[in-house]
Amino acid sequence: MANLETLTIIGSISLFAIGCLTLLTCRNLIQVIFGLQLLVKSAILLFIAAGSANGQLQVGQSLATTVIVADTIVAVIGIALAIQVRRIVGSLEINDLAHLRG
Amino acid sequence: MNPSLTVILLNFLNLIFAVQVLRAKRLIWAAIWLACTSATTAFVCFVLGAFQVAVIELSVGAGLVTVLFVFVINIAGEEPDQQPKTHSRWIPLLAVIIPTLLIGASVLAIDGAQGPASADNFVNTFWEHRGLDVLVQVVLIFAGVLGLLGLLAEAKAPLEQSMLAEFARLRERDLKAIGDRSLIAQEAIEAGLNIPESGSNSQAETSSGQLTPGGE
Repeated sequence: MANLETLTIIGSISLFAIGCLTLLTCRNLIQVIFGLQLLVKSAILLFIAAGSANGQLQVGQSLATTVIVADTIVAVIGIALAIQVRRIVGSLEINDLAHLRG
Repeated sequence: MNPSLTVILLNFLNLIFAVQVLRAKRLIWAAIWLACTSATTAFVCFVLGAFQVAVIELSVGAGLVTVLFVFVINIAGEEPDQQPKTHSRWIPLLAVIIPTLLIGASVLAIDGAQGPASADNFVNTFWEHRGLDVLVQVVLIFAGVLGLLGLLAEAKAPLEQSMLAEFARLRERDLKAIGDRSLIAQEAIEAGLNIPESGSNSQAETSSGQLTPGGE
């Protein structure tokens, strides 16, 4: 595997780990969305690196574009949910959403 | 500058910015660090030759999404983390580091054979070979817009208090209505059964005290 792509894949996997850590440790709903954004950025880097390594960079770019669009929609819906949760429950802490159960 | 050094530096900066997103005390600073992460991701894509994705990531990831986050932070407000952490911080670290090392080892061990370079440019690949992806993106965008409109639409009678207080108020109103109905039914039964005067007077006093406003 070429050098640039290997370095990018290592960076992408590390970014994925930081995104997972953010999801596991943060209790604020907006910080959870930040964690999702980090995960998606690692996926974008991975698509580009894999496409470049295999000589199919255009396919990698197409897939990365799809992922960017999907990620933006997820972020927008997550932000709208956060606004509604803040308005109705009064807090953005995910532990406070537990009272919605029965 | 050597491309390898550039990629190493950019990836290193990417990781630093990502760690700062996790460590930031204020949400607005975390949003700015996330924008920096998007920018460095775009630069890495540019160095690898993915120019179109670099531009899209820079404009959408570092621009649009950051503006949306700043908007929602202004609306929702920032709250300090008041709840004490109930778990050790090493548990999530181990839960993430060990699988990451395993995934990294398995991915880097893949001997990717360098296939023939594609002669198509991005436009042909995007619109013709991956046309279904474009359709999916359009559907996603429409679904997202509809979802957003549905989520943010004001109800006909917007709640003035929290949901719990509203449910408690409705429950109390229903219980009061049931209580009043049973009281009226009881009085109707007693009037029909011709209860003795002493009893009926006392019943009438108590009932009149409750029927008339102010208990008169």
